[in-house]
Amino acid sequence: MKCDMCDKPAVVHEVTIVHGVKREVHLCVDHASEAGVAMPGISSSTNKLISKFSAGGKPTVMAPRCPQCGTSFAQIRQHSLIGCPDCYDTFEEPLGRLIERAQAGATHHVGRENASVDRPSERMQRERRLMDSLANALSNEQYERAAEIRDQINQLSDESQDESLESETT
Amino acid sequence: MSGQREPRGEEHRDDDASSAPDLDVVLSSRVRIARNLHGLPFVNKASEDQCEHVVKTTRHLLMHIPSNDRMIWVDLEQSSSHERQLLVERHLISRQHADNNIRRGVAVAENEQSSVMINEEDHVRMQVLRSGLQLSDANEACRSMDESLGNHLEYAYRERWGHLSACPTNVGTGIRLSAMLHLPALRLTNDIDRVRQAAKDLHLAVRGFYGEGSESTGNFYQVSNQVTLGRSEEAILDEFEGTIIPTLVRYERAARQVLFDKHRRELEDRVFRAFGMLGTARMLKLEEAKKLLSSLRLGVCLDMLRETDANITMNTIDNLMLLVQPGHLRQHVNCTISPEQARGVRADLVRQILIGD
Repeated sequence: MKCDMCDKPAVVHEVTIVHGVKREVHLCVDHASEAGVAMPGISSSTNKLISKFSAGGKPTVMAPRCPQCGTSFAQIRQHSLIGCPDCYDTFEEPLGRLIERAQAGATHHVGRENASVDRPSERMQRERRLMDSLANALSNEQYERAAEIRDQINQLSDESQDESLESETT
Repeated sequence: MSGQREPRGEEHRDDDASSAPDLDVVLSSRVRIARNLHGLPFVNKASEDQCEHVVKTTRHLLMHIPSNDRMIWVDLEQSSSHERQLLVERHLISRQHADNNIRRGVAVAENEQSSVMINEEDHVRMQVLRSGLQLSDANEACRSMDESLGNHLEYAYRERWGHLSACPTNVGTGIRLSAMLHLPALRLTNDIDRVRQAAKDLHLAVRGFYGEGSESTGNFYQVSNQVTLGRSEEAILDEFEGTIIPTLVRYERAARQVLFDKHRRELEDRVFRAFGMLGTARMLKLEEAKKLLSSLRLGVCLDMLRETDANITMNTIDNLMLLVQPGHLRQHVNCTISPEQARGVRADLVRQILIGD
C-alpha cells in the first residue's frame, strides 16, 4: 500500500472509528515522522519526544489538512475530490503527482488564461511576483533564470502599454 | 427573462439535424467546460449558504448576459423528479446533478442547444450540444459563453494548474469534448473491444448513452477526451475532431460496407426483423426498443428500407430514441404510469410514429 502523501510504501497504518465513521491513514517513514507519528519498533528520540506529549503514550496522527477547508490529502485520494482552490497550494507536491497520473503526465496548464488574469490589478500582482522572483534569482546568482524573468516582466509591460494605446484610440 | 418551466417532452432540439455532418455515425457532439468561483470551497465542501451564493450569483448573470439563446432557469430543488428525469433524458443535466440533494439549478437555452449546470461537481458546468459532428461550432459557442461569464465572475485559477476543478481529471482547460457514436457494425464484427482499447491508449473515455457510469445500449457510445491539462483547447479540439472521431467514423463505415457486401442476407434479416417487431409489438421494454431502433437505424443508413412504404429517416429514429425513455413516455400520456403500462405506451408510440398505426 502506498503512502497517502506520496508514492513510497506506507509503513504506518492507523484506523480510527469516530461516531461510526471509519478513517484510515497510511504513511511512509518520512511523512509519518513529519506528521509526528511514533514509529513502531523504532526507539528514536522522536518517539520519546512524542510520548512525552501524548496522553497515555498512544501515538496520534496529525495528517496535514488544508487550512481553508480542512480537507486532508488522504480524503482527496480516497474520493478523487479536492476541497477548495487552496488545497492546490497546500498539497501542491502530492496533488501534483496525482494530477500527473490522471492527466497522462501533464504538469502545467497550456491553454486559455483566466479572463481576470488580464485585469490590471491581477497584472500588477503578477508583475510584483516576477520582481520578487528576479530579486531571488539575482541573490542566488542564477543569472540565466534572472534573464528569463526580466524578459517576462518586459513582455508584461509591453502588453500593458499596448492595451493602454488601444483603449485611447477606441 | 427568467422563469420556471417544464422541459419539453416532444420534439428534438432545434437544430437542423437532417443536414448535420456525419449523422450516419455521429448522433451528436457536445462541448463542456468546468469552472469554479474564486474564494469559495468546491461544491463537495461548500456549506448551504455558499451553494446558495453560487446559485444567486450565477443565475442572475446567466439570465442577463447577452446571448443568442434565451436562457430559462430550472430550480432543481423545486422541480419534480419527473422534470429532472426529462432533463437527464435530453442530456441537459447529468444523472448526478438530478440526484444531488443540495442547492442547485440549471439554465437551459430555449432551443435546448446549451445548458449551464450550477453546483454539479463544479460550481459552473456549461455545455453546448449539436447534432452530428459539429464540435468546432459547439466549441465556439461554449467558449463565447465562458468568456461572457468570465468577464463578470472571478474563476478559481492558478498559473501552474490553469482553471481549478473539484476533480483532478478536469483541471487546466476544464474542457471535455464528446461525441455520441452509433457503432453497430463494429459491434457485429467484434471489433468494438479493439476500438475500446485503442481509445484507452489515446486517453479517451468510452461510455454509454447517458455518459459517466452508464453502459452502452443500442450500440451507442459516448467518446470523450480525458486529458484536460498540458494541451490547449485548440490542440485538444484539433486532434479530437480532426483525427480521432473521423477515424472511428471511417472504421464504422468500413465495417458496415463489409457487412453489406459479405453478409447482406443476415444484415437484412436483422434490419427487417427489427422493423417488423417495432411495427407490430404491443409491449416494448426500453432496452429492447433501443436495440431494435439501433438495427433499424443501421438499415436506414444503408438505404435498406426503400422498398417499404414507410418513410423512415435517421431523424425519425433519433427522435424515437428520446421519446421511448420513461420520462418522455410519462410526458406523452401526461400522467404517472407503471413500468408495465410504460411498455404498452412505448410500443403504441413507436408503431404510431413508424407506420402511422
